[in-house]
Amino acid sequence: MSAEPLIELKGITKTFGSGAAAFQALKGVDLTIMRGEFVAVMGPSGSGKSTTMNILGCLDVPTAGVFRFKGVEVQKLDRDQRSLLRRRYLGFVFQGFNLLARTTALENVELPLVYRGESKAARRAAAMRALDQVGLVPWADHTPAELSGGQQQRVAIARALVTQPDVLLADEPTGNLDSERSVEIMELLRRLNADGITILMVTHEEDMAAYAGTIVRFRDGLVERIERGALAAQGSPA
Amino acid sequence: MLGTTILLALREIRRHILRSILTTLGIIIGVAAVVTMVTVGNGVTAQVQENIASLGASNFVVFPVRTNRGAPRPFDDGDVRAVTQQIAGVDIAAGNAGASATAFYNGQDWDTRVQGGNNDLLEAQSVKIAEGRPFTVQEQEAGNAVCLLGLKVREAIFPPGTSPVGARMRLGNVSCQVIGVMEERGQGGGGQDDDDTVYMPLKTVQRRFKGNDKLDFFVVKYDPAYEAKVIQDSLVDLLRERRLLQGAEPNDFNVIDTAQINQTLGAVTGALTVMVAIIASISLLVGGIGIMNIMLVSVTERTREIGIRLAIGALAREVRLQFLTEAVVLCALGGLAGIGLGFLASLGLTAAIEVPFVFDPVINIISFVFAAGMGIVFGYYPASRASKLDPIDALRHE
Repeated sequence: MSAEPLIELKGITKTFGSGAAAFQALKGVDLTIMRGEFVAVMGPSGSGKSTTMNILGCLDVPTAGVFRFKGVEVQKLDRDQRSLLRRRYLGFVFQGFNLLARTTALENVELPLVYRGESKAARRAAAMRALDQVGLVPWADHTPAELSGGQQQRVAIARALVTQPDVLLADEPTGNLDSERSVEIMELLRRLNADGITILMVTHEEDMAAYAGTIVRFRDGLVERIERGALAAQGSPA
Repeated sequence: MLGTTILLALREIRRHILRSILTTLGIIIGVAAVVTMVTVGNGVTAQVQENIASLGASNFVVFPVRTNRGAPRPFDDGDVRAVTQQIAGVDIAAGNAGASATAFYNGQDWDTRVQGGNNDLLEAQSVKIAEGRPFTVQEQEAGNAVCLLGLKVREAIFPPGTSPVGARMRLGNVSCQVIGVMEERGQGGGGQDDDDTVYMPLKTVQRRFKGNDKLDFFVVKYDPAYEAKVIQDSLVDLLRERRLLQGAEPNDFNVIDTAQINQTLGAVTGALTVMVAIIASISLLVGGIGIMNIMLVSVTERTREIGIRLAIGALAREVRLQFLTEAVVLCALGGLAGIGLGFLASLGLTAAIEVPFVFDPVINIISFVFAAGMGIVFGYYPASRASKLDPIDALRHE
């Protein structure tokens, strides 16, 4: 691995509200993630893992501290610059899939490319490649309502992949799926990670976290423990 | 990018087709009202101008009026001759005397108006002969019973496809020979139908129908190189002198300048247009508020979609453009529908009031551009609101 970390959090704090109602969600998080890692972020509700993911996803900014992404100090960027960063380097997978309703799988996957200003033909080709990666080419013309939960999540992953991002952020990607579908999704994520994408995933389930090479445990707004390589080395727990 | 955005906007509009139609109704009606009123107004103006042209372009119409001294004193041939001879710039002065009569031919009858007027009157009033010939000097001087038919009279009593020229018909109890048919003229300046008439030489009508040598009115056609005001002043002076009116006595006659009718008409049309514009603006304002309202609803409904778009890297201005485009496309479609509706309404209305349909591309283009502009004005706030959403909150939105 290169010496330069892909992601570096230093003394990150995040406070919501102000005055007496102020709530400090993050109390000084330090975390370093290298290129190619598969990181599972765990912790009880309110431990700060979601807030951290939002900051890592450049959707939110820390109240204090330094967040370096590829050497760039993200906390200094404005809203549009962070949008461009997301557009260029990040892919998102959500618990609730968050596909556009009444829009075909193919068009959902094409969506990020629209904002890159790519031609219709180029978008279509790239979207079909991404759908191929998740094994959904035959369902390209189906709308989310016509797809199962697992298929919807695979469309969402294809949408995240289509821009060939450096980092895939997955917020409880298996939270709405049964265990069989969950395993499918995790196998897919692991394959993508093997192809070189850095994956950051929030999960409640130890089974799912076991697919990751690194587990970061949060408690009370701080990183409680980082477990590297231990479980992942054992392979699939199934 | 913009093409994709427009396609997207069209798809959103189609998804909520009923809502979209109801929302744009204000704009549709506003645009239709403007297009209809302007088109019908143009038709009315064109019609009246045509009538004035039929009176003659640079013409005065002179007729006696009642004063507090008693009944109107009619003019006679002497007055007309004096005007022709004594006022510089007068090309033609020609009298007219008319009477109601029933036209009979071959068992058919038709109530119409017989007008006495010589060729110079027909020329001053731009009456053209469609078929046959005008009067001869001999016919005019002798007061022969010859007549020129208006189109309506010809259609009413002569069988279609046959030429009435040369036929003998009866007008009241006067038997006369048809020597020609006049071209279609349409509605007259006073609201009468200029095609529902029969012309005979002036002398014939004076003798056989009126029993005197008086005129109902006379027309003065002047050389456009002269100033109308100067000729009108000379005309009034001469007629006052001939009618022995003293200094302070009011004129017992009227001189109407056809050019002046034109100006007055222009002013009336202008005032009407302003009124329509005000009414239409109110309709469009209401319509615009409807657009803003529905766009705000749409932004709320699609909060999650906005969140997704922002999360995958859409810029604030791209989200704003998307919603702004939707509002503009909606308004532009409303504008198009309004123009279509206005087109149909003006076709119907102009046919109903029998004026020409005059298509005015300018008002159609202006209405369309204005409607689309409404989309920008009233779509900006909702679009701006969408673009300012926080992606995290928007994604959590249920």
